[in-house]
Amino acid sequence: MTSRAKAAKVRLVQSVATELQLEKAYRKTFMKPAVMLGLFVIFLAAGCTAQERPYFVTYSHEMEEPGNLEIEVFNAVGKPPEGNRFVGSNVEFEFGATAWWTTEFYLDGQVTQHDSTIFTGYRWENRFRPLLREHWINPVIYMEFENINGGDKTLREVVGHDGKNDLIDPNAEARTEKKREMELKLILGSNFRGWNISENIIAEKNLANEPWEFGYAWAVSRPLNLAASAHNCTFCGEKFQAGVEMYGGLGDRHSFGTSQTSHYLGPLINWAAPNGMTLSFSPQFGLNDYSIPRLYRFGVSYEIDQLFSRFHRGAR
Amino acid sequence: MIKRLPLVLLLVLLPAAWLFGVANGGWLKNVPAQDHEKISPYRGQADAIAAGRRVFVDRCSHCHGENAEGTKKRPPLRSERVQQQATEGDLHWLLVNGNMRKGMPSWAKLPDQQLWQVITYLKSLQDWGSATR
Repeated sequence: MTSRAKAAKVRLVQSVATELQLEKAYRKTFMKPAVMLGLFVIFLAAGCTAQERPYFVTYSHEMEEPGNLEIEVFNAVGKPPEGNRFVGSNVEFEFGATAWWTTEFYLDGQVTQHDSTIFTGYRWENRFRPLLREHWINPVIYMEFENINGGDKTLREVVGHDGKNDLIDPNAEARTEKKREMELKLILGSNFRGWNISENIIAEKNLANEPWEFGYAWAVSRPLNLAASAHNCTFCGEKFQAGVEMYGGLGDRHSFGTSQTSHYLGPLINWAAPNGMTLSFSPQFGLNDYSIPRLYRFGVSYEIDQLFSRFHRGAR
Repeated sequence: MIKRLPLVLLLVLLPAAWLFGVANGGWLKNVPAQDHEKISPYRGQADAIAAGRRVFVDRCSHCHGENAEGTKKRPPLRSERVQQQATEGDLHWLLVNGNMRKGMPSWAKLPDQQLWQVITYLKSLQDWGSATR
């Protein structure tokens, strides 16, 4: 065997070994806890209810009910023109600390075809509702700390000059980029005659001395039926919500605007299935050449009502 | 310290009195007149009562009990306050705005129709003698 062939074989073995290690690490750090938590949820979830807005990126002003824990899995499937198909996933744990404060913890990961499966980091967010009554426009202050790497493909928000080129680097290379970021949002929401209209203004700062980046998101949705049915039903209109969502980047502090930014628009639908599960789906379309042409988002969520009271004596 | 005692008592008692007031239906005083006067478009309709019951079981029973009898930490809705003192409009105002300082969230995320159905169901209970919180 020539030295060149030997070197190629060594590289191949190293590459396979790295992938196996990544897979193992992902299973250990991401999948195993997620499966355990899933089983825990199924154990607790009997009798819980959930019907959330069908949004994937936009936040509404509606907070988690105090004491409730919502567990959600959201996925974004896409294929950059010059890259491999990917599935960016996150598992979210959203807890209503009070009626005006919701806290949420995320675990992020992704799978890229012909590449690998990696854990990409975690996020912790808090939302505060400063006005304690319902108004025409209801503001909510959002603060998030992210500790993720460059391999993150969950597309939870689009800011700055984020675009399709950020999604084509091989995982082994992308995951070496550390992103410790602080994200602030001003969430504005209104409910009017069954419609919900939500707008988010986003500012994100990489703590490694990079400029502020900006983005936006807005969405509108409505249940298909406004009044509840008198009889138990699985597929009646009140169980479905439909809407539209749009989001994108607005550049950074040095180059504010829509030049070289990506934008997405798509319809949304969700269904409150029996036993407290909500299923959501949205095909989303890139609006310019800087965006991925198509993204498919889907999510599943469970809500556990009054989490801590379930551990009290005499609880159901 | 003794000189400051009245001040300390004032600082402790004022919030306590305020919280006591809120917990005992203080929210009723905050309802604007035009909301107070609102009436349920579904008043007395059997279908609305059944639908309201379904929404109640889904959304409210975890805190207020399966039959609105209340739980350890949350008040019953068969009370005199809810059945007699509060109008349908008052209850609608409470559901829309919540009483967030006391843990009652806003239910403005539900369409108005469903809120009125819940109120119609609650007002149909009329069994207020069983609880007077």
